[in-house]
Amino acid sequence: MAGRVALVDTGGANIASLDFALRRLGHETVLTHDAEAIRAARHVIMPGVGAASDAMARLKAHGLEAVIPTLEQPVLGICLGMQLLFDGSDEGDVECLGLLPGRARRFADDPSFPVPQMGWNELERVGDHPLLRGVHDGDFAYFIHSYALPVTDCTLAAATYGMAFSAVVGRGNFLGTQFHPERSGAVGARILGNFLRL
Amino acid sequence: MLARRIIPCLDVRDGRVVKGVRFRDHEDVGDILELARRYRRQGADELVFYDITASPERRRVDRNWVNRVAAVLDIPFCVAGGIRSVEDAEEVLNLGADKISVNTPALADPGLIDRLSARFGAQCVVIGMDSRLEDGEWQVYFNTGNPELTEAARRRTLDWVDEVQSRGAGEIVLNCMSMDGVRRGYDIEQLTAVRERCRVPLIASGGAGTPEHFVDVFRDARVDGALAASVFHRKLIDIPDLKRHLRAEGIHVRTGGVA
Repeated sequence: MAGRVALVDTGGANIASLDFALRRLGHETVLTHDAEAIRAARHVIMPGVGAASDAMARLKAHGLEAVIPTLEQPVLGICLGMQLLFDGSDEGDVECLGLLPGRARRFADDPSFPVPQMGWNELERVGDHPLLRGVHDGDFAYFIHSYALPVTDCTLAAATYGMAFSAVVGRGNFLGTQFHPERSGAVGARILGNFLRL
Repeated sequence: MLARRIIPCLDVRDGRVVKGVRFRDHEDVGDILELARRYRRQGADELVFYDITASPERRRVDRNWVNRVAAVLDIPFCVAGGIRSVEDAEEVLNLGADKISVNTPALADPGLIDRLSARFGAQCVVIGMDSRLEDGEWQVYFNTGNPELTEAARRRTLDWVDEVQSRGAGEIVLNCMSMDGVRRGYDIEQLTAVRERCRVPLIASGGAGTPEHFVDVFRDARVDGALAASVFHRKLIDIPDLKRHLRAEGIHVRTGGVA
């Protein structure tokens, strides 16, 4: 499996779009919950659609809550997969992997800002990181989520939806995007390409 | 800031894109992948593919085209039509769709919304509604894909809007039937009434004829997205031109896309 991109099986449907995006960039993928396959991969992506509590339960069922924190290669969490890297989530009141500080909270109930946030929002760069090479302030990315992480010192790019929240995060080899790069047109392809070159 | 979405809708029948007027007299308007690519290139924010024959005829549909669309698109897309169960939805999502939209089957079995939302998350679950004024009230209709089978669902639209949200819908597409296909503008009054009840994203459908109609629906009904079909398929409105017009009118839309 070495050299392939391991997609961590967090139990959600809808891996196909990510798989196609990586193939368009010339990378083979393997969807797996096998610890050895994940350890052996050059890059690891943790997708996630559904609820945080279900995804954490699935990781634990395969012992991956202990494996993922020990990984040394680049790891990218996408959407819910990004939220799993943090301390916890109010969605199902669940403790997550604790690799990044903070807790996902639901967007405030405000008629001006329907929840889920669904659509294209602008990135505001707040850090410099190879993941964001060629990405500019005001570039749009596709978001679809009801819970969000606040802006902290691990935020690489923010976005605003009633409040500022983390759109891209990173600390060491653990990185994440709250949006779906595989559905974010040329900007998303650039970010995935940057990740795969790390 | 979140951009307002422009959403071309591709009605699919037998693997081709078709378009009718007021749900009747469908004509072939092109190849699915060709149109999907064209709209993506022009800057469409999302696409909806609606299998117009699947639902009323209760047939099992060949959905491999969903996988071919997923392979070429790098923007989100939703599949509607013929999704009657968690298994149907799972198939479509596994083929690469980002969202599934359910209309008649949700009216027939509202618990389906709860099951879909619990399994896939609210963000995947779009509820489509076909609604028009009847006896002084907006009411939703069943089986609108086939005029012979269309019937009133005996539900007030605003009640149904409340119910689908409480059951876990993540987005509502409101198709205003009396405006559909006639290009005289969106039903601002109905959409405004629904907007006031709607805490999830709301997409307007039915009636787009000019760029000004899009300005009106975003400004006055405050919808999150506007869906249209014939004006795009017939090239009456060019998406980059439309977005330039919206920006000039102070509506926040995503940049990108070429003519």
